[in-house]
Amino acid sequence: MKEVIHTPVPSVEEEEYHINMGPQHPSTHGVLRLVVSLQGEIVKSLKPHCGYIHRGMEKMCEKDTYPQIIHLTDRMDYLSMHINNHAVCLLVENALQIEIPERVKYIRTIMDELCRIQSHQLWWASFGMDLGGLTCFFYGLRDREKILDIWEESTGARFLQSYYTPGGLMWDIHPDFQKHTKEFIKYFRKKIRDYEKILSGNVIFRERSRNIGYMSKEDAISYGVTGPSGRGSGWSCDIRKHHPYALYDKVEFKEILYPEGDTLARYQVRMDEMYESMHIIEQLIDNIPEGDYSAKMKAVIKLPAGEYYQRVESARGELGLYCISDGNKSPYRLKFRTPSFSNLSVLDHISRDLKIADLVAIGGSLDLVIPDIDR
Amino acid sequence: MASNNIYDTFVASVTQWIHNGLYHLMPPFWALIAELTIIGLVFLLFYALVGLFLVYAERKVCAFMQNRVGPNRVGLYGIFQTIADFIKLLMKELITIKNSDKLLFNLAPFIVIIASFMAIAAIPFAKGLHAIDFDIGILYVIAVSSLGVIGVLLAGWSSNNKYSLIGAMRSGAQIISYELSVGMSLLTIIILAGTMQFSELVQGQEYGWYLFKGHIPAFIAFVVFLISSTAETNRGPFDLAEAESELTAGFHTEYSGIKFAFFFLAEYMNMFIVASIGATVFLGGWMPFHVFGWTGFNQVMDYIPPSIWYIGKTGFIIWLMMWFKWTFPRLRIDQLLNLEWKYLLPINLFNILLMAFIVLMGWHF
Amino acid sequence: MDLEKLKERVLTLVPEAELEENKQFLTFFIPAGKLHATAMQLKEDEDTSFDYLFCLSGTDMGKYLMVVYHLESTKLNHTLVLKVKTGDREAPAFDTVCDIWRTAEFHEREIYDMLGIRFTHHPDLRRIFLDENWVGYPLRKDYTDEVNIVEL
Repeated sequence: MKEVIHTPVPSVEEEEYHINMGPQHPSTHGVLRLVVSLQGEIVKSLKPHCGYIHRGMEKMCEKDTYPQIIHLTDRMDYLSMHINNHAVCLLVENALQIEIPERVKYIRTIMDELCRIQSHQLWWASFGMDLGGLTCFFYGLRDREKILDIWEESTGARFLQSYYTPGGLMWDIHPDFQKHTKEFIKYFRKKIRDYEKILSGNVIFRERSRNIGYMSKEDAISYGVTGPSGRGSGWSCDIRKHHPYALYDKVEFKEILYPEGDTLARYQVRMDEMYESMHIIEQLIDNIPEGDYSAKMKAVIKLPAGEYYQRVESARGELGLYCISDGNKSPYRLKFRTPSFSNLSVLDHISRDLKIADLVAIGGSLDLVIPDIDR
Repeated sequence: MASNNIYDTFVASVTQWIHNGLYHLMPPFWALIAELTIIGLVFLLFYALVGLFLVYAERKVCAFMQNRVGPNRVGLYGIFQTIADFIKLLMKELITIKNSDKLLFNLAPFIVIIASFMAIAAIPFAKGLHAIDFDIGILYVIAVSSLGVIGVLLAGWSSNNKYSLIGAMRSGAQIISYELSVGMSLLTIIILAGTMQFSELVQGQEYGWYLFKGHIPAFIAFVVFLISSTAETNRGPFDLAEAESELTAGFHTEYSGIKFAFFFLAEYMNMFIVASIGATVFLGGWMPFHVFGWTGFNQVMDYIPPSIWYIGKTGFIIWLMMWFKWTFPRLRIDQLLNLEWKYLLPINLFNILLMAFIVLMGWHF
Repeated sequence: MDLEKLKERVLTLVPEAELEENKQFLTFFIPAGKLHATAMQLKEDEDTSFDYLFCLSGTDMGKYLMVVYHLESTKLNHTLVLKVKTGDREAPAFDTVCDIWRTAEFHEREIYDMLGIRFTHHPDLRRIFLDENWVGYPLRKDYTDEVNIVEL
């Protein structure tokens, strides 16, 4: 029987006590245990305990071939699955210097942006639910179903698709893909106004998120908080702009930055990003060129010996893959630099001297996905 | 003016028949006891049925707002869902905690139920159809519903659980603060009506409900009453103490089975009580919607039985409260208390002055 | 700063640095003793200002254990990779860079967890993913586990 883990805690002053949030908890979105040290209602310090869903992915990658690794990345940040797959595919394609067809680039960009929208929809749904507006959960998920239906048509699965392969896609998109995507965008542009009326415009919500969990830009850079959480502090860190891949240098979109650094700013960044993603899709959806859905690849993929680093912008932040290859069909070492891991490290710093209710709001605004932390 | 002739006489004749029958059958003392028992049982039944119905209504209303259907398996349209839930709760194990104060632990749910039960006794459902008609009716109801907070605090304390204690303290602070606002908003209407007795209050609204008669201050008082009564009953955007999905289930964490069912039921009945007080004081209770001078219109309105009016108005306010709960996010405890002490209380005080001024000058309808 | 100037700057700071050829980014092996000072210098200097540590990873290269620091400057947009290695497999240790880049706290705990490399002066060096009483360091190449690892 495993012993109780005695967590090193700061010296207990008078009236300070510890509570556990998690690992089973409606508000932590996954299996994360936070040992919160409280004085009355005020949070004095916070220690996260990760590892409840640690599956040893990096060790597994040393035995798996590159196409098999794609399936692992699906399960890493299960809300940005396409983007994670894209990272592995780009790693292989850039290392082998393969030219992929234009059609593939268009479809991958569109799928990535749909992925980003659905991730933000789920984030909005659970954020509203955490703060007490339970109806938000149903509205967000109802609209997310439309994207899942589009995916099911084209890729065969609603959730963890593993649709990209090194060199292209697993199979071509469904003939109705463009039509359904355009319908979805028209539908969602109306619905997102509802979202803004329910939460963004609500005075209770604004009072619960304004000036809560302030993170300065220097802190964001030092802690490595990328993605919408970092952009909510005014740090321009969008990989799609700084190190473009796929078609991001050919489409026109804004990088959303809000300098305030509080929960409301991080919220606004994600809401605006949904608009930008729809804008990107609209620019591409009608112009998908004809062509192959995959380049010709060898049956066994072996990367030449060396080190490769690939960065993509997932819905949570910068996902980096650092691969050391020795010429075999599995990498010698594959390190996943996941965004939620760094985002979690700042939680202690920004929730000092706030109340428990604020901790829930901050955790929701950082948009943590626990399997991303634990791999 | 006796405006509701058919229905009044029906009610009056039934109660008279029962009264006479009992006094015929047994000596006066026992007849009195029998009458009291009958009234008590009728109220108990009413309480239970309304509670059951409200739970079902909440689930359906929230489901429709959330784009889904709600209970629809147990019985036609799921109407037996709550009965099934209560049978389940009755059969659950009553967990007793080792180091808790047993007497207080068991007493707490009863206090909560008794408080709400006493309050419901004073509310008129139709002309002559209420259990007690004090001449200090409103004061009695406010006083008695304050007893509920004792139950909450006892529950949190006796559970021997620090999270329950925090939840109970928060809830206690919330209820005590908002009682002030509830009382003062009702006070505004008492100034207009000139009486605290429920039957007089309703009678006085014969030619216009107080909400319209008192125009501006009555409207402000109504809004304040809605907000404070939602906070009083731990509902809606003010449910931080109980919907503590952040930590635990608040003061009733350690309760299971029938004792939990008591807290649960008391919450819905409290909602019903504040809605009926609101309907009686602001919207006329069982008085139909009359306009002064439109006798034809008034007679048409009279055809609808007064109990239906009463249920409709109460139902409307309950639906409003449910709408709040499922739309708004929750307030934090300090924002909640801020709202009361820094905003609602000054507004209330100003409103009372305004209403007194209007009544003195005669600027009401 | 362009690559040549950056190369010169690093070589000035640490003359013993070994440049690695033909890598995606400018990569240097630096001696472990000079790590903290170099890192601090690279962050503080106005014309290098490497304020963003975007990846901190450890590897068991067989003969030695290696820790790789991927640095980027948000102001000047250049990238640098620093590597340190140690042949000591019993008690490998490097200096921590938590005080320079706060993101290193969690990443160094992960490297300790997976590879057993200690970081001196780390505020809270304990395992992050595995149990506190886990024996062994999984990402080392000589790690065996009959129960949890299935060899095909």
